Amino acid sequence: MASVEIGPFPGGSAELRRAEEWLAETAQTELLRFTTAGSVDDGKSTLIGRLLYDSKGVYEDQLASVRKATRNLSTNGLDLSLLTDGLRAEREQGITIDVAYRYFATPKRKFIIADTPGHEQYTRNMATGASTANLAVILIDARYGVLPQSRRHAYIATLLGIPHLMVTVNKMDLVDYREQVFTAIREEFQQFARQLKARDVRYIPISALNGDNVVERGGNMPWYTGPTLLEHLETVPISEDRNLTDMRFPVQYVIRPNLDFRGFAGQIASGVIRRGDAITVLPSGRTSRVKSIVTYDGELEEAFAPMSVTVCLEDEIDISRGDMLVHTANQPHAGRRFEATVVWMNQKPLEAHRPYLLKQTTQTVRARVREIRHRVDIHTLGHQRASQLQLNEIGVVSVEAHRPLFFDAYRANRSTGGFILIDPITNETLGAGMIIGPDTWRPSGPVTPAERLARIGHRPFLVRLVNGDGELARRIERHLFDQGYLVHVIEEPRHFAQAIRTAFAAGLVSVVYGAAAGNAPDAVPANQTVTLDRAQFEDEAALISALMAALGSGPGGNVPLTDGAGI
Amino acid sequence: MTHLRALEAESIHIIREVAAEFQKPVLLYSIGKDSSVMVRLAQKAFYPGKIPFPFLHIDTTYKFQEMIEFRDRFCAEIGVELIVHTNTKAIEEGANPFRLGTQKCCALLKTRALLDALAEGGFDAAFGGARRDEEKSRAKERVYSFRDSFGQWDPKNQRPELWNLYNSRIDKGESIRVFPLSNWTELDVWHYIYLENIPIVPMYFAKPREMVVRGEQLITIEHNMPLRPGEKPELVMSRMRSLGCTYCTGAIRSEADTLPKIIEEMIQFRRSERENRVIDHDQEGSMELKKREGYF
Ligand SMILES: Nc1nc2c(ncn2[C@@H]2O[C@H](COP(=O)(O)OP(=O)(O)O)[C@@H](O)[C@H]2O)c(=O)[nH]1
Repeated sequence: MASVEIGPFPGGSAELRRAEEWLAETAQTELLRFTTAGSVDDGKSTLIGRLLYDSKGVYEDQLASVRKATRNLSTNGLDLSLLTDGLRAEREQGITIDVAYRYFATPKRKFIIADTPGHEQYTRNMATGASTANLAVILIDARYGVLPQSRRHAYIATLLGIPHLMVTVNKMDLVDYREQVFTAIREEFQQFARQLKARDVRYIPISALNGDNVVERGGNMPWYTGPTLLEHLETVPISEDRNLTDMRFPVQYVIRPNLDFRGFAGQIASGVIRRGDAITVLPSGRTSRVKSIVTYDGELEEAFAPMSVTVCLEDEIDISRGDMLVHTANQPHAGRRFEATVVWMNQKPLEAHRPYLLKQTTQTVRARVREIRHRVDIHTLGHQRASQLQLNEIGVVSVEAHRPLFFDAYRANRSTGGFILIDPITNETLGAGMIIGPDTWRPSGPVTPAERLARIGHRPFLVRLVNGDGELARRIERHLFDQGYLVHVIEEPRHFAQAIRTAFAAGLVSVVYGAAAGNAPDAVPANQTVTLDRAQFEDEAALISALMAALGSGPGGNVPLTDGAGI
Repeated sequence: MTHLRALEAESIHIIREVAAEFQKPVLLYSIGKDSSVMVRLAQKAFYPGKIPFPFLHIDTTYKFQEMIEFRDRFCAEIGVELIVHTNTKAIEEGANPFRLGTQKCCALLKTRALLDALAEGGFDAAFGGARRDEEKSRAKERVYSFRDSFGQWDPKNQRPELWNLYNSRIDKGESIRVFPLSNWTELDVWHYIYLENIPIVPMYFAKPREMVVRGEQLITIEHNMPLRPGEKPELVMSRMRSLGCTYCTGAIRSEADTLPKIIEEMIQFRRSERENRVIDHDQEGSMELKKREGYF
């Protein structure tokens, strides 16, 4: 690429024709998003620099500063890795290690690279970059072959549903461009890829430094007959990757400029929607037909993912943000419980039973993890028992949402199968989840206190009623029962200690009166009992409100009744 | 689906998401080509309804007259509420780029003015037209860029962004800057303006203009810019590549007086657009610094 001086633009019709050619050429350009994964020094920066440089995605002034800074003179006298230098400086200073996005285009496609450097935050960053990617370039240093990190990168890429993996064996120049080196790496990787159920895995030998098989073929590896990396990026078929079967339209915004127009705006998550289609609205279950598909550029007969459109229905139905329009004949799962793989992205670990906010499509609901099924060892892919997921760990969990969600398995539908978890206090994004499916797992073994809690919705509790009789105890029982507590009166004060142990094991609220009320057995924790002396309260209402406060309907209570089954 | 339609769908999704999830969004309207594209996308997002949030223009009073005329005509035409905010106090105290230098001038007339206007309006989300391909420090910028209650950006404390699921949760006083054009390149913007026939300020098109030639930079002489010894304005066939304040916006020599010619020029020139901005060169990494303080 020749250096260009600032100067008068040589106007004229030849140039104009070029612009028009370019406009015609790029009229059909598709967008391809890819991530690059590799360990430090595998040559990621050099490769990206090479792609940007050879495809002329680099500005002259950026090149000039690279020329100035080039220390180790490689081909062309340029250290291409310096083009992506911004993040390297940060890495050295130990500041932000993050995802950087870079752009380049060829006449065939426009590319967005999600560049994820560093290894400390690797899982989190790579998952972020991978979430929208069509393809992952997985770099392997020809000298070292398949490393644990290479497996980890491939695993995360597949987990995040990237349909195409490009296993790129770099630094072939350092192994004398030998075919056997490449073949051995490919064979080893293939073993592993089968385990991952990766859909489309390709292998390519390159030298990012010299440019072999990156954009140009070069003469050093005549034994390789496949496409160059850029050719592959330009031609890998991606339009079939999108789910065009299951129409899902999460309502984002209701447009009501006047009484005659009521449109539901959103981005089609998957599938195709046509005028006249029979539609079911979730969660109401009401049905209607598509009256029109409205856009600023005119009405459409049909629209497909990922278009942003506005849909009008034939019937007046109450629909708001968070609802989903689907084809009546093809509906997603609807439910509060599902199993998902979670990538944890926060310093504070994931724990069961903590309150989280979950955002999926256009819904944000309260949710919690009921249980961590296992943690995935990202080096061996083995399953481990775990009570927490730490930052950058991955695990399979069962999730329970406060309201029903409409979802598909992530493998079938990236748009309706993905969710993020948010901390309701700090507002941080804590993790990302990929739904496996509705929670069909049936626990075995003895029922645990946590399971009881989840079912009953409150912890066990003892109410000791002093100076009160059985009548009052039963009125309290009624009151609590009507409030949703699982409660009973202990009528056998003689076997009090035995009775309370059983009641606590069963998870109940117990009311005891008479002589036994005076002492609490050791089995009862202090914060799970309250003593109420009838003589100290003016009336029964005062006594009951004191009881409710102790139970925790007020702030700081010990046994609040969680709403729903244990949320 | 072509890449521009994919980008368009993504941007519309972002704009609607903000309108749905925030109490009081505002669109930072800078009059430039990126703002023009952003406005078209907002029109598309809510069609046939109106854009449900106002526009905010931070007027440093050092803008080109042609920009202000364009702004008033354009906003009236599309029927949107326009808020114009100026740091009048600083202006009265004599703030100008010649006296203060560009850094300090920008801090007062742009950053401070912006933060004040956002606080005054109680805006919890502000759309900006910045793109990731503009500058190195923007490459890792989020679509939703979180700002603390002082309007400041902490690069270490940004939220991971996956899929198209944006986290809109903030506490009182905090806000989000939203960049719907994050994934657009300069060429995409021009291509889209061409395809969609989007009105832009005429200053983007080349014509003979009075300029001071200073080294490689062409500087306009509006607002009584002090000349250095030996400098005198000359007529130069030129155009603006990006628009800002008169003193800080360098022009480029160009014959491109139509959109295809501008696009043609871009394909050939390949210089990053901010190169012509005086301000970003002031200090190494200056953009990142300014962003931390609350600049866009
Ligand atoms: N011989 C050779 N060296 C390479 C190749 N690709 C990268 N390198 C060198 O490997 C080192 C690390 O490369 P870099 O791109 O910075 O790696 P990153 O850490 O993955 O971004 C640099 O010294 C590069 O010049 C290659 O294909 N062949």
